[in-house]
Amino acid sequence: MKMMAKEELSLKERMARMKVVEGSYAVANAVKCCSPDVICAYPITPQTHIVEHLSQFVADGELDSEFLTVDSEFSAMSSLVGASAAGARCYSSTSSQGLALMWEVLYNASGMRLPIVMTVANRALSAPLNIWNDQQDSVGARDSGWIQLYAEDVQEAADAIPQAYKIAEDPEILTPVMVCMDGFILTHVYEPVELLSVEEVERFLPPYRPKHILDPENPKTFGAFADPSYFTELRYMQWEAHRRALKKIETVAREFAEQFGRWYGGLIDTYQADDAEVVIVTMGSVIGTIKDCIDEMRSEGLKVGLVKIRSYRPFPTEALRKALKDAEVVAVIEKDVTVGNEGALLTDLKAALYNTPTRIPVIGFPAGLGGRDITVRDIRRVVDKTIAARDTGIESEMEFLGLREDLL
Amino acid sequence: MDKFLAPGHRACAGCSMPTVINLILDAAGPNTVVATPTGCIEVTTTPYPESAWRVPWIHSLFENAAAVASGIEAAFKHFGKKHNVFVIAGDGSTLDIGMGCISGMFDRGHNVKYVCYDNEAYMNTGVQRSSSTPPCTSTTTTPSGRVSFGNPRPKKDMPAIAVAHKVPYVATASVAYPVDLRRKVKRAISIPGPAYIQVNAPCITGWSFEAGTTVEIARLAVETCLWPLYEYVNGELAGVKKIHVKRPVEDYLKAQGRYRHLFRMKGGEEMIRVLQQMADENARKFGLLYEGDLTCTSGE
Repeated sequence: MKMMAKEELSLKERMARMKVVEGSYAVANAVKCCSPDVICAYPITPQTHIVEHLSQFVADGELDSEFLTVDSEFSAMSSLVGASAAGARCYSSTSSQGLALMWEVLYNASGMRLPIVMTVANRALSAPLNIWNDQQDSVGARDSGWIQLYAEDVQEAADAIPQAYKIAEDPEILTPVMVCMDGFILTHVYEPVELLSVEEVERFLPPYRPKHILDPENPKTFGAFADPSYFTELRYMQWEAHRRALKKIETVAREFAEQFGRWYGGLIDTYQADDAEVVIVTMGSVIGTIKDCIDEMRSEGLKVGLVKIRSYRPFPTEALRKALKDAEVVAVIEKDVTVGNEGALLTDLKAALYNTPTRIPVIGFPAGLGGRDITVRDIRRVVDKTIAARDTGIESEMEFLGLREDLL
Repeated sequence: MDKFLAPGHRACAGCSMPTVINLILDAAGPNTVVATPTGCIEVTTTPYPESAWRVPWIHSLFENAAAVASGIEAAFKHFGKKHNVFVIAGDGSTLDIGMGCISGMFDRGHNVKYVCYDNEAYMNTGVQRSSSTPPCTSTTTTPSGRVSFGNPRPKKDMPAIAVAHKVPYVATASVAYPVDLRRKVKRAISIPGPAYIQVNAPCITGWSFEAGTTVEIARLAVETCLWPLYEYVNGELAGVKKIHVKRPVEDYLKAQGRYRHLFRMKGGEEMIRVLQQMADENARKFGLLYEGDLTCTSGE
């Protein structure tokens, strides 16, 4: 799908607007343009540059936010729970162990329906300690009630921030959003980006005017306990909000494309998928490599396509069923693994197809764990294995991509 | 005037906690927002869809009330709103699991008034030891037994920890001294920045005393000097509640089931002596006695 801005700019004009910046800077700039009232920061690699840039904006008077240098990620998210309940637009970012330390508060923030937005600079979880990229951290938080959007490149990671606020703060949604971007690969890369401006974002994102806040003029109770006669319904309402978000994410992506001329897909996006026999399903920055590889393979006559998961939660079940209905075989490449089962996305995707007439082999490849590069050669191997699964049956449902047998 | 914590809450008969809350809020007034951690307050006052709170109130988790309050205060600051922000929390969440968040709140200097109602154990889960449990106390995780006098460790000195953070106002208080407690709450509000007040708050089930004697028990804690009432302003001891007649610790201990073993076990007298030394040390350290005051040595 191609979306063009209403006020269409020439390529030359757009090139002129582009700046080569670090991924973290582009994200911090996008956050600045959303004018959050309260920001909580705690350092953890590879997220740290984002909050450093934000603190500089505050120090330079470019951003009027309360900037709390908190004592832990647990405190970061807890403080945002309080600030959000007091009516503030809130932001934080974290990675890996930091997200794990927030775990308890993640469920709490979503259960209290507080529309906090957070960037997760994806990084592996210890042990062994590893600061490099995979997506085990946020994928592990898939059941926390947060909406999860995954970015393919720096521009998308930045543009997803105003979109995230617009989704989260919708009174019909009121659900926090994680914008996930691959650590280092996207946070530390310098690439040309169209930087958002405050004026543009103000036109896109309405001010946050919550109905329920902590206000002595109108005292309300937040965070009561619910016994078994109420708990299910409150959880159901969260589940319903995610159902509504399926539509809202699409709508907001369209609105963004109309104003800014940049489209990343709604719940999903596709590349060369219309006539594809072999479809790769994945999320995050590996998509760039896969697209290049698809171009190569297409020139060789191989009908390979891509489905990009942009919204992992809510899970785009219907969109995936539609996108994969004519595929002959599917490969899932994902930067996580559920030890004791298989890749989480593989499980989710198979479940989505199960009650449909689409009866095709689906196999999975945990890849890039702990920051290992995923190369064009790796993608070629995935496609070879996947074609073999179609032609001669599934040999193994899951394979750790690039596993070094010499170390075992 | 209506109380800020409405009647009809589900706290135990004889619980000191609702009294403490109403004394705090009566002093603070309606322009106040309260954050509370998980614990007796939350389970007895907010069974969804009911709430006993007539001021804005928030509960998030067990260990994060100080951080939640930090965020509230930051938001109010950003919006130019002038409201009192209070945390009212038990000792388990304050001295143990929430210690990191409290340290952070103190360190960042938020204008948050933190009141710990100290009943000296995890009462909501059934009287387990906390780091606020005094020595020789029998709890369900430090029970007295043939070879144990109960909790083997001293009580953590949280007010001193608050003073060490350069918290400008730190005080102890007691439910038995409502005028003193209300005055301290008002003083805490009058001094910008964080404040910490630790209130002795007897728990009828956890301490096991006769119904209707809650305030008497709390008063005995003060009169024995086991619970000194003092306040620190900018790190300096700024006032103490003097004791007219210092009572022996036995008077306090024997009224409570949690110390019954000290009067029954061989060697219990020695433990009581240790507790008496603690009380005497408090009296000396804080200057709790008037010059030439009598120390009552008999039971009454």
